[in-house]
Amino acid sequence: MENVSPPKPAVSENKQGGNSKEKKRNGSKLFQTLLVPVLALLTGFIIGAIVIALSNDAVIASYRNIFRDPGAALAATWSAISVAYGSLFYGSFGSVTEIFHSIQTYYSTGDSKAFLLAIYPFTESLTTVTPYILAGLAVAVGFKCGLFNIGAEGQFGIGALCSAYVGYAMHAPWYIHLPLALLAGAAGGALWGAIPGLLKGLTGAHEVVTTIMMNYVSFRLSDWLLNGPMKASGFRPLTPVIDNSAMLPQFFPDPLRLNWGFIIALAIAFLVYWFLFKTPIGFEIRAVGANPDGARYAGMNIVKNFVLAMTISGALAGLAGAVQVLGVDHWVGQGFSSGYGFDSIAIALLGQSHPLGVVLAALLWGTLRSGATNMQLNAGVPIEIISIIQGLVIVFVAAPAVIRWIYRIRAISTQTTVLTRGWGK
Amino acid sequence: MAPVLELRGITKSFPGVLANDSINLSVEKGKILALLGENGAGKTTLMNILYGLYKPDKGQIFINGEEVAIQNPSDAIARGIGMVHQHFMLIPVMTATENVMLGVEPIRYGIFLDKAKVAKRILEISTQYDLEVDPNAYISDLPVGAQQRVEIIKVLYRQADILILDEPTAVLTPQEVEGLFKVLRSLVANGKSVIFITHKLKEVLAIADTISVLRGGKVVGTLNTKDASQEKLATLMVGREVNLVVKKKPATPGGVVLSVKDLCVRDESENLIVDRASFEVHAGEVLGVAGVQGNGQTELVYALTGLAHVLSGEISIMGKPLHHSSPRNILERGVAHIPEDRQRHGLILPFPVHDNLVLCTYYQPPFTKGLDLQQKIIIETAEKLVDQFDVRTPNVFVPVSTLSGGNQQKVIVAREFSRPIKLLIASQPTRGLDVGSIEYIHSRIVEKRDEGTAVLLVSPELDEIIALSDRIAVMYKGQIVDIVPAERVNKAYLGLLMAGVKSKEALEMAPTTSMEEVDRVT
Repeated sequence: MENVSPPKPAVSENKQGGNSKEKKRNGSKLFQTLLVPVLALLTGFIIGAIVIALSNDAVIASYRNIFRDPGAALAATWSAISVAYGSLFYGSFGSVTEIFHSIQTYYSTGDSKAFLLAIYPFTESLTTVTPYILAGLAVAVGFKCGLFNIGAEGQFGIGALCSAYVGYAMHAPWYIHLPLALLAGAAGGALWGAIPGLLKGLTGAHEVVTTIMMNYVSFRLSDWLLNGPMKASGFRPLTPVIDNSAMLPQFFPDPLRLNWGFIIALAIAFLVYWFLFKTPIGFEIRAVGANPDGARYAGMNIVKNFVLAMTISGALAGLAGAVQVLGVDHWVGQGFSSGYGFDSIAIALLGQSHPLGVVLAALLWGTLRSGATNMQLNAGVPIEIISIIQGLVIVFVAAPAVIRWIYRIRAISTQTTVLTRGWGK
Repeated sequence: MAPVLELRGITKSFPGVLANDSINLSVEKGKILALLGENGAGKTTLMNILYGLYKPDKGQIFINGEEVAIQNPSDAIARGIGMVHQHFMLIPVMTATENVMLGVEPIRYGIFLDKAKVAKRILEISTQYDLEVDPNAYISDLPVGAQQRVEIIKVLYRQADILILDEPTAVLTPQEVEGLFKVLRSLVANGKSVIFITHKLKEVLAIADTISVLRGGKVVGTLNTKDASQEKLATLMVGREVNLVVKKKPATPGGVVLSVKDLCVRDESENLIVDRASFEVHAGEVLGVAGVQGNGQTELVYALTGLAHVLSGEISIMGKPLHHSSPRNILERGVAHIPEDRQRHGLILPFPVHDNLVLCTYYQPPFTKGLDLQQKIIIETAEKLVDQFDVRTPNVFVPVSTLSGGNQQKVIVAREFSRPIKLLIASQPTRGLDVGSIEYIHSRIVEKRDEGTAVLLVSPELDEIIALSDRIAVMYKGQIVDIVPAERVNKAYLGLLMAGVKSKEALEMAPTTSMEEVDRVT
């Protein structure tokens, strides 16, 4: 068969050099995977900068005189953008010099106050990131099984309520109380996810519809619970504060709220990675997601995998709620979740449904959110600008053709490298 | 006179592959040119260049002696080039007329669609070229052959002079193929020119005036049909001598492996699609199920493999009945299944080759230990199988979607044959494959039979059934109408059964005394 491509010798050569080839393949694959999100981010910030400039009165005023004094107009633009993004950065990460100086102070005087103050912005960012990691993983697991879990919002809320209940209604030593409260959150979310999973598997009801409806059920359920059975004494619809024994320990004294939830989230991300890619159960979930017909042919149980994936997805979203309650808020109030569940869809998309990608996307998302407050305070730029940037990034990630068009990147051509395909396919 | 279409030195490369290498082709007015080649030989690319979907790196295109640049499909259409795709581009919920006028809707009084005008034109075209079509029929109600005629009318309606037909017979029954050939002959008699793309040798010899054979992106030969023979063409196409005859010893059947009794199955719209089918398959024999596509073969296979519900009747494997068993349960009882639609059922396309090679066994030792997939063992096994089954892939890590059809099928065969199996259910195992792969897969199936595996072969291609089977069952409207031993087969008789003629009458019409020589060529 000497004339059929690819020639046989090339094949065996490839096999011998398998290891280095594989590395190279992984390298370029990683580059390809990161290329679009990174450029999407860049583009989002550029457009964000334009919006910042256009919404700044001083900049607009300077442009009235642009022909008389173009330098001033440019300077005003630059200063508006740099002040905004500068304070965003400061709000997200703090100042490196401040941190450095505070460490010096600590060593010379033993006073840690300045150090804690200097790292405050960064720890706040990580605190914000925590629920995003878990909720993003929830949606990603759904995506891997071909399911679009829009119900993370509701699962998050139910998880939060369940863990809060265990947190204030039960009393036990921390090593029982805390794990139990976390588990309760995961279990609540799992239940909320399993129902659409079962409906999908058994009746074919589309999970997008059922998870949206489950969201409404959870919203109204929590309204009722917070105004009735779970209401603490007082006027406002809040649960009582949870016991100390159920709280996730903080790494630093108040007001630094960074707690063990962050570590838990990272550990869970690793666990999800292992589960999806290294176990036969994860293999099945991914196979069902990629081609349900093929998976069924190969003997996999589609219904079981749908229910399993939705249950795990719900459990992760519920755990996100639990970690937020047990680590940060310590009680649940009305409108508690504030969009974590919906943002998590964006995070899973941005992270390309890969656990590592989700962690990175959540880090980005959380730090931006956290820094935005400072941007509003110092630069007077409305916090919503961050929503604009985030929204743009998601649009670009969801429509990579736009990014390819802007930056004139060719589509990834994995198909044509070795073997051409026949007619019709 | 200049040829109606001429290609000179067309070259096109993609990263890592030279798809077309200075190709010269010419089509005379009123002639049929067959473009013959295996999958991946470059036919696709060449026709896409001609239709304006790709730009060639080098080379010229002449139409009626005049050099042209074809930038996009509308250019091609304007130049009189029309393409009939293998997968029809029709909208099923619309009528034939509506489909034909899509994109070139004539307007009356400024706003109204002038359907009547189109319908009239369709009737004109259909009488002129023998293209029988009801302009008011909905596409979804038409048989495949008629849908293809609508596609051809669509092209003629746009005043094409050069028609490109891409694997037009792949979806047709033998009778429909005859009909298509009649249409093609009447087209060229009316001065149209046709490029007929295929990898089926017999059809080429039956219809073409000249034949150009493509291999590895090059034209390796252009010959007149009268100088060509199947062997000659196959050798050109594959680049070595090909065994067109499946060599096999007489079968030595053993005990019953699969027994089916009064099996009834309903399809998705609740129609009885398999109707009281009964048959047995013995160890060491191939039972072929012949029949025009859509007569219940697909559902029969689905029922046997657990993919469809059994309404009534009994299936037993090795004497043990199968009662609503899950697909996995059936697989574990030693049933291998080469599915009809390899991309839908047979493979997880985005998954790497190695994962697809363990798709049915990943959960068993040694591939899984406790909760851990043994990646290393999976990859080693996959590399062994790739070697053993001659799967052409750069390595086992690439997504299986990047492989050619033939190699994808080899992945499935490797996976199914590497398990201990007692029964092989092969459903159209060579659909859409090139000669080389067909030869390979056929010989592997015969090899399995000789090892004592029971084989149930389902295929709408009578030639394939005759070439491989030891006994042949004919399926018509869900019923097994007759089972005949292959050595006493009569092709005309089988053809009549497939068309729904009762077995008694068929015997009278094609008496065994006039038995033609069995054609074992695929």
